[in-house]
Amino acid sequence: MERGQAVGIVGPNGSGKSTLLKAIAGLVAPSAGSIDVFGKAPRALRPGTIAYVPQVEAVDWNFPANVYDVVAMGRFPRMHPLAPFSKHDRDVVVAALGALRMGDLRDRQISQLSGGQQQRTFVARAIAQEPELLLLDEPTTGVDAATEDALLELIRDLVAKGLPVVMTTHDLDRAAEWFDRLMVVDRRVLAFGDPATVLESGAYAGIREHVHTHGHARLDAAGYDAARRDA
Amino acid sequence: MSDVLFAPFQYEFMQRAFVAALVVGTLCSTIGTYVVLRKLSFIGDGIAHASFAGIVIAYLRGVDFYLGAAVVAVLTAIGIGFVNRRGNVSLDTAIGVLFTGAFALGVFLMSRLPTYNVDLQGFLFGDILAVSRTDIVVIVVLSCFVFIVLALLYRPLLYTSFDPVVAQASGVPAAFVSYVLLVLLALTIVVSLEAVGIVLVAALLVTPAATAYQLTSRFRPMLALSVAIGAACSVAGLYLSYYLHAASGATIVLLVTAVFFIAMLVRRRRNRPA
Repeated sequence: MERGQAVGIVGPNGSGKSTLLKAIAGLVAPSAGSIDVFGKAPRALRPGTIAYVPQVEAVDWNFPANVYDVVAMGRFPRMHPLAPFSKHDRDVVVAALGALRMGDLRDRQISQLSGGQQQRTFVARAIAQEPELLLLDEPTTGVDAATEDALLELIRDLVAKGLPVVMTTHDLDRAAEWFDRLMVVDRRVLAFGDPATVLESGAYAGIREHVHTHGHARLDAAGYDAARRDA
Repeated sequence: MSDVLFAPFQYEFMQRAFVAALVVGTLCSTIGTYVVLRKLSFIGDGIAHASFAGIVIAYLRGVDFYLGAAVVAVLTAIGIGFVNRRGNVSLDTAIGVLFTGAFALGVFLMSRLPTYNVDLQGFLFGDILAVSRTDIVVIVVLSCFVFIVLALLYRPLLYTSFDPVVAQASGVPAAFVSYVLLVLLALTIVVSLEAVGIVLVAALLVTPAATAYQLTSRFRPMLALSVAIGAACSVAGLYLSYYLHAASGATIVLLVTAVFFIAMLVRRRRNRPA
């Protein structure tokens, strides 16, 4: 993928979208093959290179911290262990809060946040890190429509500024117009390329129909192969 | 009043006891902040019990008890970290099995000694009045080491305490940091054994931090208040035990426990959501 590109990963539940994202983040080892990010294994990158926003944040929301504290943690990987927060660090944190429209909530205890606010806090933390690659796992799950639009617009802005973004989504209809590259996965890569082409292909159609009609069930083998041939 | 304050200091062993109480109280409540936030209190208790085997083995072999306790405590801490990361066995089960086993080994070995051993018994409940000049040196040196490492790892420790997964993705060595913390916890426990003993050290690790947790809403104030409570209660508890002619370790722990419950009432009255 290239700088300034948004890559979308779509596929049914249990297809390995999230696992693929975790592998890129260096959190799980790929069961076969290897992953290179900027020509290196993810774990060998300079701290702060990758920012990852997981789907379900399994953190303790009673942790003694407010919104500002959490977003400021995004700076930690970029900082010398003993260096105090510089003006630049503080500016970046404030800008990230502003970008997510969390400025008014900066002193709010994290235990007091709504689901959408929690998600925005974590996206703000990822942006405050000034990453070179941003990974988002279904960032719009569980947020209201207005937040979703604002979030996607913001990410699009970052992409326009040159930040490569990889994002999983279950929103196939929006995916078609939103991403520069689209990857369809179901335990293996079924299609990857220009969204319009992928959209035309059976891989996309098969999964869309499948998701709409069968919910979480898996594609049957024939559908698989048909989709794969078409792709 | 000044008589009451200074009377205990006429004895050199009391002077040493106060230094030990202050250092151990500060150290335990500092690392205890991470123990509470990372939910390691059961691990702390387990490491303390396991170290008893190390103490008895060191005694049998004529080695310094600090060495025996430190080796066993650090090995157990690393073993626990390993089990925790692999996650094949449920962590509390592993701790329950391993640590009671190690503790039983210590008791078994001690019971086979030809004479009933008061020194070893002392480690169960601690004897801060028996702290020697050498003990003070060991306590202070090891404490300084722990404080320095904690300061160097302040940000990685804070980040991984809150969100280890995202911290790791952004390049923070989360596994390394958690192993280092466990080793520091083991050393803290070893340093505290003489002062408060195996059975009570977990209280000094957990209670001041748990008290501070209830009264604060951000990390740094929590850390500061935890240290203040731990240090103050350790010194005050030692005074109390002197005048009440009671066991000092137990008095200190009773005092922090009382402060914990007062904090709970204060918080309830303020009806603060958190």
